[in-house]
Amino acid sequence: MTEATTPVASEPLLQTVGLTRHFKLGGLFSSQILHAVDDVDLTIGEHELVSLVGESGSGKSTIARLLAMLYRPTKGEIRYRGRSVHSLHSRKDLLNYRSQVQMVFQDPYSSMNPVFRVSHGIMRNLKLHRPELNAAQRRAEAERVFTLVGLTPAAEMLRKFPYEMSGGQRQRVGFAQAVAVRPKLILADEPVSMLDVSIRAGILNLMTDLREREGVSILYITHDIASARYVADRIVVMYAGHIVEAGPTETVLADPKHPYTQLLLSAVPDPREPVTVSTSPAVGEPPKVVNPVEGCRFRERCPLAIEICGRVTPRPTVLAPGHTAACHVATANAGLTAAAPS
Amino acid sequence: MASPLSNGRSPLLEVGDLSVDYVTEAADVRAVDHVDLEVQPGEFLAIVGESGCGKSTLLFAIAQLLSPPAEIAGGTVVFKGRDMVKLTEDELRHIRWRDYSVVMQSAMNALNPMKSIEGQFRDTLEAHDSMSRKAIRDRSAEVLHLVGIDAVHLKSYPHQLSGGMRQRAMIAMALLFTPELVIMDEPTSALDVVAQRSLMSQIKDLQRRLGFAVIFVTHDMSLVRHYSDRLMVMYAGQVAELGATGSIFENPLHPYSKGLLDAFPSIRGPRRPLTGIPGSPPDLSRPPSGCRFQPRCPVAMAQCVATAPDLYEVGGTRVRCLLHADAPKDAAAV
Repeated sequence: MTEATTPVASEPLLQTVGLTRHFKLGGLFSSQILHAVDDVDLTIGEHELVSLVGESGSGKSTIARLLAMLYRPTKGEIRYRGRSVHSLHSRKDLLNYRSQVQMVFQDPYSSMNPVFRVSHGIMRNLKLHRPELNAAQRRAEAERVFTLVGLTPAAEMLRKFPYEMSGGQRQRVGFAQAVAVRPKLILADEPVSMLDVSIRAGILNLMTDLREREGVSILYITHDIASARYVADRIVVMYAGHIVEAGPTETVLADPKHPYTQLLLSAVPDPREPVTVSTSPAVGEPPKVVNPVEGCRFRERCPLAIEICGRVTPRPTVLAPGHTAACHVATANAGLTAAAPS
Repeated sequence: MASPLSNGRSPLLEVGDLSVDYVTEAADVRAVDHVDLEVQPGEFLAIVGESGCGKSTLLFAIAQLLSPPAEIAGGTVVFKGRDMVKLTEDELRHIRWRDYSVVMQSAMNALNPMKSIEGQFRDTLEAHDSMSRKAIRDRSAEVLHLVGIDAVHLKSYPHQLSGGMRQRAMIAMALLFTPELVIMDEPTSALDVVAQRSLMSQIKDLQRRLGFAVIFVTHDMSLVRHYSDRLMVMYAGQVAELGATGSIFENPLHPYSKGLLDAFPSIRGPRRPLTGIPGSPPDLSRPPSGCRFQPRCPVAMAQCVATAPDLYEVGGTRVRCLLHADAPKDAAAV
């Protein structure tokens, strides 16, 4: 069933197959298992900017950590350029993977060591991942990437301590650190959510720039679907550990198939929209997925839920080229509309 | 916009020329600089600005909750005819929570984790009034019901409630005495979009039914678009623009308001490039000369560096920008 959802001609840069991560909750004898990520098939192509969208607790950060090999999957597989990363055992292979897949963290205030100058992190990264460079070349490279991410004059910026920088500048340091080692993929976990509105746009633009100029792929993880639309080629929507919808950005936004995506879109405040105060009833909150039973995880909040949703977990189904949704009703509708013109 | 602005009633709250300093050994930092504003009964006023612009300090100054090193350096906060700056702690205790209440940003930190919701409601009611146990229980159940939480959760502890429910319990607590003014400091910022939207609708609905006024502080301008009557944009401790929400969104007069509006990506309409605002907010211990926004302003002129702009009144909106200096008369008597 996974083969059907991947009609990509060229080999993807990174692919997950049935990726699953469970966490055991409570004490020694507890049998409570939190299903943070369940059965996720995700592909990221070369030079692609994919956005993973979901509410807190939907499992999107867990996916980033699995891809960065900070967690080991409970089940399933991550394939990098066709090769399973779980077969990497030597220090050299692991180091190589980690230099190709870099991570940028959410909180620019706690992800940097406050007692070192900001050059410290980037120099260490270069020493570790690009040992062929000598000290002068490392410095030149650090200055190059600082200029690239808009931290100029680079030589002066490299000498600063984190406390001397604003949140937006620190987040740029995070990207500079990642880009310096020439990665193929950057995992950006909510890189703008802690920044002020007026500087967010700069970081979003930086991501699209880096993709153009350095040719990296980016997985942009966010809860803000509007910023996802701004940067991403493809949007992947997560709910309670499952991918519920995925497709080209404009297609998903113009024609959301999954009722959760529809709910998410209707909740986004849009200052340019004319006034439409709808005192919609409280729609509940995402469940904590502890020891789940079979069935759609959105059914409790779903306005379209039917009988089968309580019995069978819907699988991602291709509804249009490149556009998948995991919803019984959407699938049925697609079937109906396909059959309708007789 | 059905706001009770021009009905001749006296304002519920009048902040006049209010300044707040953070007193440090090196120098005093002025976090709120000569702010004037008024809130009418039943009005929804939103205050937006970036972190460090003084919006939370202003809110704490209005609620008389400042603690050292922050202190009110000058000005008045007249609430229902009395200047709260001059009231003693004892006098304040009688109007706090009964006449105005505060909803804090993070419900997880503001609620006591060791006490049930009922226990916390009881503490609040007992601190400000003397009521029978039954009356306390009835009132607690009533306000919880108001925010759409079942009364069984009176027995719940904060950790047993979801983020949205905790925040709604905080709002219920603020409504225990049916105050005339509820001050909210980013009550939705820890919530997801869907929960955020539903909480905003609920606040607006409660406000319509119970008639209290709201001062709502947020960094997210788009959030208050459909809910607030008037909007105040703060920058570097000062009022940058203050006017009807609709008119600021349609025709922002201050370049900073315009920049903030243009910084939001939209989910509808054509995808257009965002510029954001270059640079970052100034260090308030060394504010730039002239206009405080001038170093980041795309339309700054030579005189902006030399002259600090006043607030100018332009068609019902007050704006601090020299572009509008030729407007008929000054609004601020600074």
